[in-house]
Amino acid sequence: MITKRIIPCLDVKDGRVVKGVNFTGLNDVSSPVTLAEYYSRCGADELVFYDITASAEGRKLFTDILTEVASKIFIPLTVGGGINTVEDFDRVLKCGADKVSVNSGAIRNPDLIYEAAKRYGNQCVVISCDIKRVDNEFRVFSKGGRVDTGMEAISWIKRCVDNGAGEVVVNSIDTDGVKKGFDLPMLKAVLDAVNVPVIASGGAGSAADFIKLFRELPTIDAGLAASIFHFREVEISDLKKEMIKNGINARI
Amino acid sequence: MIAIVDYGVGNLFSLKSSFSAIGEEVTVTSDENVLRNADKIVLPGVGAFEDAAKKLKSSGLDQVIVSLALSGKPLLGICLGMQMLFDESYEYGCHKGLGLIPGKVVPMEGVIPAELKIPHIGWNALKMNQDCEITKYIKEGDFVYFVHSYYADCDEKYKVAVSEYGKDLTAIVKKDNVFGCQFHPEKSGEVGLNILRAFSREV
Repeated sequence: MITKRIIPCLDVKDGRVVKGVNFTGLNDVSSPVTLAEYYSRCGADELVFYDITASAEGRKLFTDILTEVASKIFIPLTVGGGINTVEDFDRVLKCGADKVSVNSGAIRNPDLIYEAAKRYGNQCVVISCDIKRVDNEFRVFSKGGRVDTGMEAISWIKRCVDNGAGEVVVNSIDTDGVKKGFDLPMLKAVLDAVNVPVIASGGAGSAADFIKLFRELPTIDAGLAASIFHFREVEISDLKKEMIKNGINARI
Repeated sequence: MIAIVDYGVGNLFSLKSSFSAIGEEVTVTSDENVLRNADKIVLPGVGAFEDAAKKLKSSGLDQVIVSLALSGKPLLGICLGMQMLFDESYEYGCHKGLGLIPGKVVPMEGVIPAELKIPHIGWNALKMNQDCEITKYIKEGDFVYFVHSYYADCDEKYKVAVSEYGKDLTAIVKKDNVFGCQFHPEKSGEVGLNILRAFSREV
């Protein structure tokens, strides 16, 4: 049977991995290639690279780094950040990405998902959504979690899946960086609404948070985190052993 | 030299890199002479069957690949490339494949339990049915990475390995010098590289 996936996320700026707490206060952690090789060795099931660069030079550095990673690491790679057009899909897929994650780009142009899915297949298109509770509803935020779009999140995600998104990353702004566990109510609402793989993001502080995620939400497909892996607060190999001990199917 | 067939379907960067990583000389080509001179051929593919089959046919490479395979040249189909080895596929209609392995490609929908998500995406364990050259360096229970919504329905004698997802889905096939992997060896970590190593050295 299929395993639950553990996915480290690498935010890359100007060719270096950074991770903020609640999206501000960036810290330089390490080289993307070094980290990616390390994660691949210790059992990461997939890697996500977010390009948080704004400049054209930074984007070039990112694609160079991605190409280097993809020539050395043979597990699935997902790329996000700065994906606004089908040409952006093409740019990162040519560098060796397997899936492309869209966020603000899909909010600006809802046809992007449909166009990309038609050209590259649903399995290639990931909708990534930054969500925060506002006035008792789940609200979609854009621009790295800074701008309230006013859109209700569950209906937005359903629409993206109907348009061809083959996977959903749910990042809870409410729990991101707090390290007290994933946002289970928010994730449950998404799982109840769609039938494609859902990846939980935001809030993991310990191996126990992943165990709780997979136990309480048996249909969740993957857990994603950044800083706790980068700073080795949680070792993926230990986490996998813990999952198996708890009867959760994991790849070792 | 190993030749990866380029017929305009999918991204061949990782596949090429993975053969390079295990020290094999590899080329990506749509030139029929390069295919004829290659020691082994890899047929990749992602996306929809009909589109890929049309592209392969219009490139004229379908007949080249079939004749080379029938002459004994080792051929490895990967993912959609594996599905194309069969007689036909029922993905959005009925479309002819290369006919190198008897069998058909059919949807998972309605066959696996409804609560399981389709596509079958992620890491799943291999259950070995029989020995084969390309599985010499891997073992029962090793995990490989799948992304597919259709699977190959064929005689048990061609199934080298299966993977359980509501039912046993065909994972590795073999008929004479023709091999196929439903999953992506180039995305399956060290296990995947070991399959490519075995295809390079043991076949």
